[in-house]
Order: sequence, then C-alpha cells, then structure tokens
Amino acid sequence: MTVAIFTFYLFAVSTLIGGLMTVISRNPVHSVLWLILAFLSAAGLFVLLGAEFVAMLLIIVYVGAVAVLFLFVVMMLDIDFAALKAEMAKYMPLALLIGVIILMQLALAFGVWGFSDGAAERIAAPAGELENTAALGLLLYDKYLLLFQLAGLILLVAMIGAIVLTLRHRIDIKRQDVLAQMFRDPAKAMELKDVKPGQGL
Amino acid sequence: MMSADIQTLLPELMLALYAIAALMAGAFMGKDRYAPLLVWVTGGVLVLMAVWVGSGTGAHSAFSGSFVDDRFARFAKVMILVSAAAVLVMSQDYMARRGILRFEYPVLIALASVGMMVMVSAGDLMVLYMGLELQSLALYVVAALRRDSVKSTEAGLKYFVLGALSSGLLLYGASLTYGFAGTTLFSGIIAAAEGGVSLGLLFGLVFLIAGFAFKVSAAPFHMWTPDVYEGSPTPVTAFFATAPKIAGMALFARVVHDAFGGVVSDWQQIVAFLSVISMFLGAIAAIGQTNIKRLMAYSSIAHMGFAMMGLAAGTAFGVQAMLIYLAIYVTMNVGSFAFIMAMERDGRPVVEIDALRLYARREPLRALALLVLMFSLAGVPPLLGFFGKFYVLRAAYDAGLGWLAFAGVIASVIGAFYYLRVVYLMYFGNEPDDREALDGAMSPVLWGMLMVSALAMVIGVVNLFGIEPLAAAAAATLVN
Repeated sequence: MTVAIFTFYLFAVSTLIGGLMTVISRNPVHSVLWLILAFLSAAGLFVLLGAEFVAMLLIIVYVGAVAVLFLFVVMMLDIDFAALKAEMAKYMPLALLIGVIILMQLALAFGVWGFSDGAAERIAAPAGELENTAALGLLLYDKYLLLFQLAGLILLVAMIGAIVLTLRHRIDIKRQDVLAQMFRDPAKAMELKDVKPGQGL
Repeated sequence: MMSADIQTLLPELMLALYAIAALMAGAFMGKDRYAPLLVWVTGGVLVLMAVWVGSGTGAHSAFSGSFVDDRFARFAKVMILVSAAAVLVMSQDYMARRGILRFEYPVLIALASVGMMVMVSAGDLMVLYMGLELQSLALYVVAALRRDSVKSTEAGLKYFVLGALSSGLLLYGASLTYGFAGTTLFSGIIAAAEGGVSLGLLFGLVFLIAGFAFKVSAAPFHMWTPDVYEGSPTPVTAFFATAPKIAGMALFARVVHDAFGGVVSDWQQIVAFLSVISMFLGAIAAIGQTNIKRLMAYSSIAHMGFAMMGLAAGTAFGVQAMLIYLAIYVTMNVGSFAFIMAMERDGRPVVEIDALRLYARREPLRALALLVLMFSLAGVPPLLGFFGKFYVLRAAYDAGLGWLAFAGVIASVIGAFYYLRVVYLMYFGNEPDDREALDGAMSPVLWGMLMVSALAMVIGVVNLFGIEPLAAAAAATLVN
C-alpha cells in the first residue's frame, strides 16, 4: 500500500465518519463540529486529486465561514432537539429498511461499475504547465461563462429573497438622518444661557 | 466565437437585464408604490420576449453545445413566457388588495422565467441544474410572499426543504452519469450510452428521473404539492400550476431524448410507471378534498401523469402529444385560476368548494365558463381537454403501450367525478345561507382571462389554433 492510497482511505473514512456523526450525534453543536471534520477530510481528498485551490477554498469558505455561521445559528436557536429526535424515532425502522435497501442496490451498481470508452481521457486533467488557479480562471470565464453568470443570477435571487422575506419598514421608530447630522450648523447647535443662581429658566 | 454564443443567448440575457433594471428602479424609486405598473410592464416584456423567441428560426447551439436553441426549446419558451405573463397580470389586483404586492414579485417572476428558459434550452447537465435552481429559488421565495401567514411561510419552507432534497437526488444522478460518460454534455452522454447502458449509468438515469418527477410533482414524489398549493397566495399557486410545469416537462423530455435517446427501453418503463401512479393518485386522492386549491393540486398531479404518458411513448409523436397536452392544460388552468382568484366574500378569499352552491343562479355566464373549463379538465368530448387526452392516449397506444392507455382511460373516468361535483354544486346544490354566498365582483382582467380560456376550449376544437404542426416540428427536432 503506497502512501497515496493510505492517505486516500484515511481521508475517505474520516469523511464518512464525519458525515455519519453529523446526522446521529445528540448535541447539535457536536454535529457542526463533525461537519467541520467532514469538510476538512474532503479538502484532503481534493489535495490528493491535485486540486489544491478547491481544497483551500473548501477550508476557507466552508470551514472558516459557513460552519462557524452554523455554530452561531445552532447555539442561538432555541429548538427542542429531543422532541425532534423522538418524532424521528417513530419512523426509524422504516427509514432504516429503505436505507439498507438503497445501500445494497448502490453496492450492486458500484460492484460492476464500468466507464464508457474514452471516459478516463475526458475526465483527466489537461496536460501542461498550467497552475490550478490559472486553469480554473480560464475555464470559468471562458468555457463556463454561462454557468458563472447563471450562478450570479441565482445569488441575486437569494439576496432578493432574503430581503423580501425578512425586511420590515417600520415607520414608528426614530431613524438616524446622516445628512442632517453632517450639515448641522455648529453655531446653532448649542445655545448658552446665563442662569442666575436660585432662579432657574 | 463568443459573440455568436451571446447572439444565441440574447433573449435570456435581455430578460435578465430587464429584471436587474426593474429591481434597481424599484429599489431607488418609490419602492412598492409603482409595483402595479411594474407588474404590467413585466407582463408586457414577457409577451414581447415570447414574440421575439417565437420568431426565431433554425437550430443554434452556444458554449460548445451546452445551450441549445431549437424549435423544441422555442415552442416551450413561448408557452412558458405567455403563461407567466398571463398569470402575472391576473395577480396584480388580487395581491394589491391584500397588501402583498411587493415590487420584487414581478422581478422574481421574470428571473424565474429566465431560469425556465435556460432549463428548456439546456444541452448540458450543469446548465440544466443552474436553470433549475434559478427557477426553484425564485419560486420558494414567492411561495412565502405572504409572510405574516403561517400557512404561506410553511408552504415556502416545505417547498424549499423538499426542493433541496430533490436537487440533491438530481445532482447525485448527474454525478453518476458524469462518472460513467466522462462528460456532462448531452451529446457526449448519448454517444457514451450507445449500445446499451451499464448498471451505473442506469442508476444515474433513475436518480435524474426521480429529481425531475419531484419538480413536476409526479407521484410518488408529489407529497409537497397539496400543501404548497394551499398555503401559497392564490396567484402564486396559479403560477406554480402553469409555467414551471411546462418547463419541468420540457426539461424531462429533453434529457430523456437528447441524452438518453438511444436507450428508450431503459427509461420507458420508469416514465410509464410514474405516469400510471400519478394519474390514479391524482384522480382518487382529489375526491375527498373540500378546498379548491388542494383539488387543483391533485388535478395537476393527474394531468402531469397524462403528459408523461406521451413522453413514455418514446416517439416523436409522443413528444408532440405531450406538447399539445401541456398547451391545452396551461390554457385550462389559467382560466380556472382566474375564477378561483375571484372567489371571495367581504374581501376575503374563499377556497371552500361548498361556497359555490347554486352559483349558477347568481352568475350564469361565469358559472357556464367554469362548467366548460371543468368539463374540459375532466376530458369530456367535444371540448379541447378531450383532444389533449386523445393525443397522449393514441401516442401510448401506437407505441405498444396499450395497457398504459387503458389505465389512462380508467383514471380519467375516476377523475371526472370531482370536476363534475364542482359543476353539480354550482347548478344543483342546496341553497346556501347568505353568510356563505360569494361576492359578485370580479376584476375585468380575471373576467377576460376566464372567458377567453373557456372560449378557447370550445373554439379550439376546430383546428387546435394551428399548434399541431408547430408541435410536430418541435418534436421532430428533439427526437430523431
């Protein structure tokens, strides 16, 4: 067993364990931590494939930003996970049965997995001295320009959706008026009054 | 090279740019004050796009085959754009009176239309997925548009979670397909699948079909439909029941024919199975419904079953029958929902079927229009709905699926019960109390849509408005 194969199985197994524990761990915070393990192992798999850039993105974006956001959300939400689990336990036998059947079918499929002629060449990375980032850039802004722009539109829809569903215009509150603050006249802002002792205004 | 690609994509590009411009205009000027105007302008732009797309000729492909603009795509796009525009202008009055007409609504509908146009033009699994997500994400948002209502929020959330699950299934199938073929282009997949599919590719195909079935709400992947239809605001429900169904079915047809056209026998039985289950579930489960929106949800499940029957035939005539069926289905649904949107009492929407009792005595003309539409939905000859069913049944029979056609006839007889019950209540029901009677008002747009749709059901039997040769030409470009 070479080092590469050993590392592959190491990362693959830890990805699977991470994914499994995300679903079955009792504490939701632990779930998120297991999810981070799954992300990190997947990043390791990407490195083995020679895709360092994607691996780094996975760590920076998913582990660094998304998972941390998850942690905050999970900690702030007040959800009775025990009740949810109890609900789930009712359907557990049936779900397990279906899960096992699908798993066996998939094992059947992967047992006789074959590629079409020439698939290996088509999937292989193009030969040459191109670096990861440069190759991605060439693909993303040229061959896959359409996909790139469509992804942008999808993000725009997500943004509109978040605003439409959550933003409320309240009219009964005091707002900060930035321009009024900036253009106020210091001379008129304060008035000095000479108050005589014992008299008041 | 790039400029030719952009040229092919121009209608989608323009619609997306329009949506962005409308969003900017809405955000910087007056917010929701101009929303009614924006609805009408967007409706006009969608119709203009339909004319523009419809006037195109020839077959072009862009971005090395990942985007295809052929007669099939154009036929589906025109149907999508026109029905989206019709539902959009119908919804303006309803939503404005209930205070949920935000200026983002027409923008989201325009962006969903861009997604649907990309879906039906997809020549690549990745483009397919992007179009599908663009459409779905916009739909999740509009489902929850009435955010103060628990039901609407529930509808949006349920749709979102189950939609994400179905996208996952679809992606899994796509990755299995890619793993086998080594390419995501449909032209590459069909070449790789030549001479029979391996077991792995078959799994990919099954997962892909499961994802599509979810999106077009075919049984057994229909669970979300009644709840989402019931919870969403009625105009949004009308939108769900029209344009996205066409886009979903056209996408389904494109993938099974463009990418798996060489192995028809492998997917034929799956599609036939989905078709039978959907027809019977839609027909039987709707019998117990008292809410007309849930009833229309089950009705749409049954109708998708019939459309899939045309697809299951696996021939060019089958695709033609499917396209004709979809065109008729959409016209019927626009009319029916125009009626449902006008069902109200003291300004509050009513969805109980019982409220229609003896409606014919008060509004004979409107009751007659709904009668025509209900008969047509049930497939009663000589109305247009019958011809739609007749086409798909003949396609299935010609392709040697006699049992499927037979099952379709039985399901349509069962399904006729609940359409006829609506008609029965309107004409022969018990006397309703005054508290239950519906208001008489109906906006001119809704009235016009209802009447046009009902008239089309009657007049269309002469020559189907000439869509038959167009659908045949569209089907011929897809199946060869």
